[in-house]
Amino acid sequence: MTARPLRLPALAAVLACGGCGTPWQSALHPGGAQAGGLLDLITIFTAVCGIVWLLVMIVTLLTLRRRRAGIEAPLPRDEGTERRPRRAVQAAVATTVVIIAGLTLLSFFVTRGLTADDPQALVVRVRAYQWWWEFTYQDPRPDQAFTVANEIHVPVGRPVRFLLEAPDVIHSFWVPSLAGKQDLIPGRSNEITLVADQPGVYRGQCAQFCGLQHAHMAFLVIAEPPDRFAAWQVAQRQPAPEPATDEASVGRRIFLARQCAACHTIQGTTASGTLGPDLTHVASRRYIAAGLLPTTRGSLAAWTADPQTLKPGNNMPMVPLGSDELSAVSAYLTSLR
Amino acid sequence: MSVAPEEPEVLDRRLDAAALDRRLDAVWQTPRGLWAALATVDHKIIGRRYIATAFVFLALGGLLAVAMRLQLARPEARVMSADRYNQVFTMHGANMMFLFAVPVMEAMAVYLVPLMVGTRNIAFPRLNAFSYWMYVAGGIVLWGAFVFDMGPDIGWFAYVPLSGPQYAPGKRADIWAQMITFTEVSALAVAVELVVTIFKQRAPGMSLDRIPLFVWSMLVTSFLIIIAMPAIMVASTSLILDRLIGTHFFNPAEGGDVLLWQHLFWFFGHPEVYIIFLPAVGMVSTLVVTFSRRPVFGYLGLVLAVISTGILAFGLWVHHMFVTGLPRLGESFFTGSSMAIAIPSGVQIFCWLATLWSGRPVLKVPLLFVYAFLFTFVMGGMTGVMVASVPFDTQVHDTYFVVAHFHYVLVGGAVFPLMGAVYYWFPKITGRLMSERVGRWVAGLVFVGFNLTFFPMHLLGLAGMPRRVYTYPAEMQWGSVNLFISLSALVLASGFLLFFWDAFRSLRHGIPAGDNPWDAPTLEWATSSPPPSYNFARLPVVSSAYPLWDERDALSVATGLRPDRREVLVSSVADARPEARESSPRNSIWPLWTAIATSIMLVWSIFTPWAVVWGSIPIATALIGWFWPKGVPEDDA
Amino acid sequence: MNERIVLDVSHLTLHGKSSASVTWWGTFAFMLLEGTGFALLIAVYLYLESLASEWPLGAPPPDLGPGSVLTAVLIASLVPNYLIARWAEQENLHKVRIGIVIMTVLGIVPVVLRFYEFPALHISWDSNAYGSILWALLGLHLTHLVTDLGDTVVLAILMFTRHGANKRRLGDIQDNALYWNFVVATWLPIYVCIYWVPRL
Repeated sequence: MTARPLRLPALAAVLACGGCGTPWQSALHPGGAQAGGLLDLITIFTAVCGIVWLLVMIVTLLTLRRRRAGIEAPLPRDEGTERRPRRAVQAAVATTVVIIAGLTLLSFFVTRGLTADDPQALVVRVRAYQWWWEFTYQDPRPDQAFTVANEIHVPVGRPVRFLLEAPDVIHSFWVPSLAGKQDLIPGRSNEITLVADQPGVYRGQCAQFCGLQHAHMAFLVIAEPPDRFAAWQVAQRQPAPEPATDEASVGRRIFLARQCAACHTIQGTTASGTLGPDLTHVASRRYIAAGLLPTTRGSLAAWTADPQTLKPGNNMPMVPLGSDELSAVSAYLTSLR
Repeated sequence: MSVAPEEPEVLDRRLDAAALDRRLDAVWQTPRGLWAALATVDHKIIGRRYIATAFVFLALGGLLAVAMRLQLARPEARVMSADRYNQVFTMHGANMMFLFAVPVMEAMAVYLVPLMVGTRNIAFPRLNAFSYWMYVAGGIVLWGAFVFDMGPDIGWFAYVPLSGPQYAPGKRADIWAQMITFTEVSALAVAVELVVTIFKQRAPGMSLDRIPLFVWSMLVTSFLIIIAMPAIMVASTSLILDRLIGTHFFNPAEGGDVLLWQHLFWFFGHPEVYIIFLPAVGMVSTLVVTFSRRPVFGYLGLVLAVISTGILAFGLWVHHMFVTGLPRLGESFFTGSSMAIAIPSGVQIFCWLATLWSGRPVLKVPLLFVYAFLFTFVMGGMTGVMVASVPFDTQVHDTYFVVAHFHYVLVGGAVFPLMGAVYYWFPKITGRLMSERVGRWVAGLVFVGFNLTFFPMHLLGLAGMPRRVYTYPAEMQWGSVNLFISLSALVLASGFLLFFWDAFRSLRHGIPAGDNPWDAPTLEWATSSPPPSYNFARLPVVSSAYPLWDERDALSVATGLRPDRREVLVSSVADARPEARESSPRNSIWPLWTAIATSIMLVWSIFTPWAVVWGSIPIATALIGWFWPKGVPEDDA
Repeated sequence: MNERIVLDVSHLTLHGKSSASVTWWGTFAFMLLEGTGFALLIAVYLYLESLASEWPLGAPPPDLGPGSVLTAVLIASLVPNYLIARWAEQENLHKVRIGIVIMTVLGIVPVVLRFYEFPALHISWDSNAYGSILWALLGLHLTHLVTDLGDTVVLAILMFTRHGANKRRLGDIQDNALYWNFVVATWLPIYVCIYWVPRL
């Protein structure tokens, strides 16, 4: 995924992990400066703590050097023999204080580094719902703002400021390859700023338990060069394309006539519901239903036919459709690129 | 008003040993039969029940853990539904915290503390009986609800608004909130009993610097309970009010606040960790002394470490909220305080190591568990230092890294010492030893199984796997590690299974232990194993912290308590100077009635707020029955 | 194990007073835990106030009348409460009987007044979080008033039975008096919070 040379700590971590996990969602595979800084911090802490643990374990094992097979009479009390252990314990406590103080300071400075404000940042409002993500790209000109769901594109190298809101329950915004997490809390507004330094696809996932389908609440951050990002932005601002086939136009008619339009928005049509994800360019995204299924005509049809079996408890009701209707709707949705 | 003049012939010093035992037993015993069993206030019988019940909940919680590992062994598995899984992990956490870990530590104390301080029963023995019944009722409510598919599914922390009226319809969240009330009432009652027992019922001469370290731990733990648990009572009561009668404590639209819940919950929830851990610290100190054959190194340092841990425990709660967007400066303060708690922990570890270093350690099973504890807990402490750091925590918070961390601290830090303690005190309680050979297998399987299960979770967390997910996509490539973890969990489970089997077998077929099989120094071993109903025929008098080591020929005792009624000795707080003789209540069925009335009110209140009004009447009636003098001598003087 | 008798405790009194009694310490432990509960609720009140744009939220400040009268009654009750503890200490059953009747009356009056306090708040528990915390504070304190009143009534009845005339019951009178001091003491910060903080 990443073209840049692996850092040494990352390499060590990957070896330790034995290859578990994938680079697109991992604190061990940074794709940006913040996650990189955090990995350095993780590495330093792990090294220091690991050495301390090892030393304590060596002493622990050495305590067995005078072990006895059976219970003997208790040792006589002798103040003289206490002096050496006392010095050792005092030295160990002093060392602990020094190490703890050092790690606390280190942590403090890294914290300060995390909160850099950049007026050039792209601003994206995030609203987390049970169990999907809505992203609105803010723009000084209101007509240039646009809304997408579960997948965002960001320009490489430019900070992106995410304004975090949760209309229902607490969620947590976490793209481990780019930065640490930040909660989205009803009634409060938080924010987090990310920079992707490497082009690539980074996966994020809700980290705060948010109910039945907490496990299926993922999103993608696609970092691309500024020109490709600009092109994507232009495309996303467009209304939905007109259906190119008859089947797709039938699908659109069904979509607008049935319950679908009450919850979903498709720009350029009368569908303007806001309870579910904006579908204007749904087929341009890699996954549907917050990371549940790759976007194909088949998965769109399966999802439309029976959302409750695929993701039990989600807020999309089953809309009874005949097989022809289903086919038409999936043809239409697949055309929304 | 005047006290009846003492009849010289009933004073204990005029009786020979056999006659004294006979008379005391007639006064203190719990007769045979169901009614007497329900009415008993003997701290040993209640303590035994408490311990056994807590281990039943451990086994049940363990089964839930195995169920979760089955579901997570493979990606996209369908062993259970999301709904069931969310109930299972909530039940696992709530059960282990509220029905196992805290009660089992208090249960050990209910049994041991009166013996260790040399008294005949715990203070407020009827409250003790009441607390056990409340605990059982809370467990039945929670598990009964789970069986009927009404188990809470909101996490053991029950964050609002997910647990609030809008997002948790039905009664599941109410069950959680009332289970809290049951277990907190019982935990608070035991805490009060322990504080008063430790302050006022210590053997003459057991000044503050001679108190056994386990008793010190329980004293500090009890104060933590008394100060921390009201927070969760306030929280769960506010939640149930929001849910049932429409208050707005946690509703941001009407001036409430979502984070208020987290502040209240963690103001309790972090001390909770130390409520579980500090008793284990006391157990470790006890085992280290007995099996290294020398007095503990740094008694004062250990006591101060326990006390300072208890105080610091209240300054850490925000480290559970590092990603909620609180001001960074405040968070840095909590980083400092969370790191600082490593210092008293370090003092304890170093003192134990110094004791073992300069002693002659005997690797019996209890000490094996201490070594397992040192290996595991120190690692948990290290990851604790890591998650105390705000930036570090932003990556691992709510991931499997944290799951690994707190299992290292709670299982390694508390359950390992507890298992060592069970091997150690089993002969005290039953008169028989558990098997040394089986015990080595138990220690080995549990230690290896635990580390193989939980160590890889650190890596899973760093590799991006969040907690509390009922499944994960195959493309995340977490599958093989999860499979490894699930298989290792079976090794761990087999260790626990062997442990339970050994305990059962040893009840009847264990080697008879004699009074003091480990040649231990503290007072609980100064009486027979198992102890008689009255604990000590004559109360011990103490002149050192290790009475059975320092007076190997004969134990100093006091005389002058009446053998024809239940009497205990009250002594002063600091130097345990005898102050008064105090009667100790007889057996009574009223605590059971009170517990039943309280349980009915609490469960009823889930359905209508009026239950609080009408349900209070039977409770008041039962309480009057409890306290109304029955004309027995213990009631009237 | 062999025993060596080194101490005779038969001369000690049966059932010690105040700090030599376990119930006295038990009462203290319960006061500590309930006091923590009160402190936390007051903290919740101040926390919600710190978040709110205006305080009181959506209501005028509560009327001072009933709450202030109740406060005065509670403070006045400390005098007979002090006396009854002393009489119990002196084992003067006659005076204790008079005192416990007075304390029963002084327990009933605040409970009655409390029911005038709720409407004086000018807000319901389900209006907003401000209303919720007000009702919770008053409600929690009310349960303490009622509990202590129940205890006082039972003790009053006991004092007029054959069970009254013994040291243990008189010790209960003292512990009950101690607890009443606590009920009064916890009210004062709540009174300030509910009635005066919104007027600051």
